[in-house]
Amino acid sequence: MIEFLQQLANGLAQGGIYALIALGYTMIYGVLRFINFAHGDVFMLGAFAGFYVGPWVLRVSGLGPSYAGVALVLLAAMLLCALIGIGIERLCYRPLRDRPRIIVLITAIGVSLLIENVGQLVFGADPKSFPDLVIDRALVLPAWWGRLSALTITLSQVLVLGVTLLLVVLLRYIVNRTRIGLAMRALSLNPTAAQLAGVDLDRVIMFTFGLGSALAGAAGILTSIQQPSIDPLMGISAGLKAFIAAVLGGIGNLPGAVVGGVLIGLIEALVVGYLSPTYRDTIVFAVLILILIFRPAGLLGTVQREKV
Amino acid sequence: MTSRSNQAFLLVLAVLAVLTPLAGGISPYYYDILIGIGINIILAASLNLINGYTGQFSLGHAGFMAVGAYLSSWLTLQAGTPSGPAGLALFAAALLAGSLGAAVAGFAVGAPSLRLRGDYLAIVTLGFNEIIKGTIQNAEPLGAQRGLGGMGKYTGFFSAFACTAVTVLVIHNLVRSTYGRGFLATHGDEIAAESVGLNTTRYKITAFTLGAFFAGLAGGLYAHFKQFIHPEAFGFTRSMDIVVMVILGGMGNMAGVCLAAALLTVLPELLRYVAHLELLPGWLRHVAENRMIIYSLLLIVLMIARPQGLLNFKPAKVKS
Repeated sequence: MIEFLQQLANGLAQGGIYALIALGYTMIYGVLRFINFAHGDVFMLGAFAGFYVGPWVLRVSGLGPSYAGVALVLLAAMLLCALIGIGIERLCYRPLRDRPRIIVLITAIGVSLLIENVGQLVFGADPKSFPDLVIDRALVLPAWWGRLSALTITLSQVLVLGVTLLLVVLLRYIVNRTRIGLAMRALSLNPTAAQLAGVDLDRVIMFTFGLGSALAGAAGILTSIQQPSIDPLMGISAGLKAFIAAVLGGIGNLPGAVVGGVLIGLIEALVVGYLSPTYRDTIVFAVLILILIFRPAGLLGTVQREKV
Repeated sequence: MTSRSNQAFLLVLAVLAVLTPLAGGISPYYYDILIGIGINIILAASLNLINGYTGQFSLGHAGFMAVGAYLSSWLTLQAGTPSGPAGLALFAAALLAGSLGAAVAGFAVGAPSLRLRGDYLAIVTLGFNEIIKGTIQNAEPLGAQRGLGGMGKYTGFFSAFACTAVTVLVIHNLVRSTYGRGFLATHGDEIAAESVGLNTTRYKITAFTLGAFFAGLAGGLYAHFKQFIHPEAFGFTRSMDIVVMVILGGMGNMAGVCLAAALLTVLPELLRYVAHLELLPGWLRHVAENRMIIYSLLLIVLMIARPQGLLNFKPAKVKS
């Protein structure tokens, strides 16, 4: 039982990271109706932003490994990734706005491959060890947890879940309570009507890319705090898993992305714990195929009929 | 097949028969590249049926190739890799079995994904590719992570290019037949095609099954040429290589796709040469070492500036 709960705790922390990346996929899909294949690579760039900027930020601010230091590095990486995301949209996707979707899809694959391979050239292909932003340790659980206090829960896991929760609440506020969020929702509901009502398409798409990429950047930092080994290809697997999470929850649906992310994290942890780590990717892909066959709109999505 | 294409096929076979003794004389390095060109043309032409003519988007062609490679290799290894005429008969049977196995896999992918389009289909095919790779990596009888070796070197110039000719002619004639026009109609406008009574679902599944069949054939040829196969050789990178060939040649343009397949087989060799030129700046030599940087830039620039493909000289169709 304790072992089972331990796997769940590990899966939950990993699931939070998938959820953050999946939110970006889902938001961009909502406004542009296409899968930004390069999103996983923005996540990788977030981790590398932390790798290069982190030690510098900690030194200049004189903070050293601390929560405030984490917050600063997190903000810096999110800002950098937002700029990168906006740049990608401006350079590669905007010229293709009215082209068939397959053309945009191929471009997105091209952008993804370009970032990965230029990344290998610039950062080096070998894994780098991420600087210590906080000193990670196993938490001493209070005695009143009873038998549960035998669980190993690390500081980084709590940190990852806390930050994820905070960002999700913040995102929910932006999307549901602000003008730009209203414009985003209008655009994803009916692009033509939204534009007729005065929504500035370019501005909303730019904002969406910035927001989604910032979340991916945050996920990059959080994942590196948990597993401090980063490499230029780390975005491929994480990006695919997060995409599967977005589809599982129902693409275009924000709560769905969070639910999907957590579920994928839990499934992975259970497969690793009870089956074999070599089956992890295979089973996650099998989940994707099953969901697409039996419930293509996802767990929380609504079916959309195709019209002529 | 019409009588004209029958003649064309016989002509190709005759030319191959004449060239075969000559091909034996060239250096092993060029012979390797030559066979590679034949195998890549089979892969690109068969993916062209799925991604080009039928307008689907498969990112998992290497998975079907893996099925053909492993199934045919397992069969020839089980039979003890005999030599002489018995070996050739066995090789032909193994190739056919491998291709049929791949076709079954293609059907299995095509059937559930028929309700998906564009980006979803791309991810599902990618997922199937990973599942096939993952299954092989966990399969002890197939060598798992160590790879599978010891196959006889059955693939030669004649067998490789005879298969290439069969693949190109079958696909070329298929899409030009009355039945085959349905592939193009499925691509053009699915709803319009259905409203005139075409079963687009069937066309999509046929495209996947047949495309996978020929990818399996290419896999069998590859395995019995290299005499060693490894799951990593059939991953996403290989699938991407084939996709780039089809896009570069122009989706649905058979001549361009075959030409692109040949060019992209030679390109890595040229790049390897460039990477060793002392007079070039270091960063440029590093770029040349990694062909994926060049491929990805090519994809982005092509899609923005010339979506019909680099080697497609027909006027671009206006499409809304």
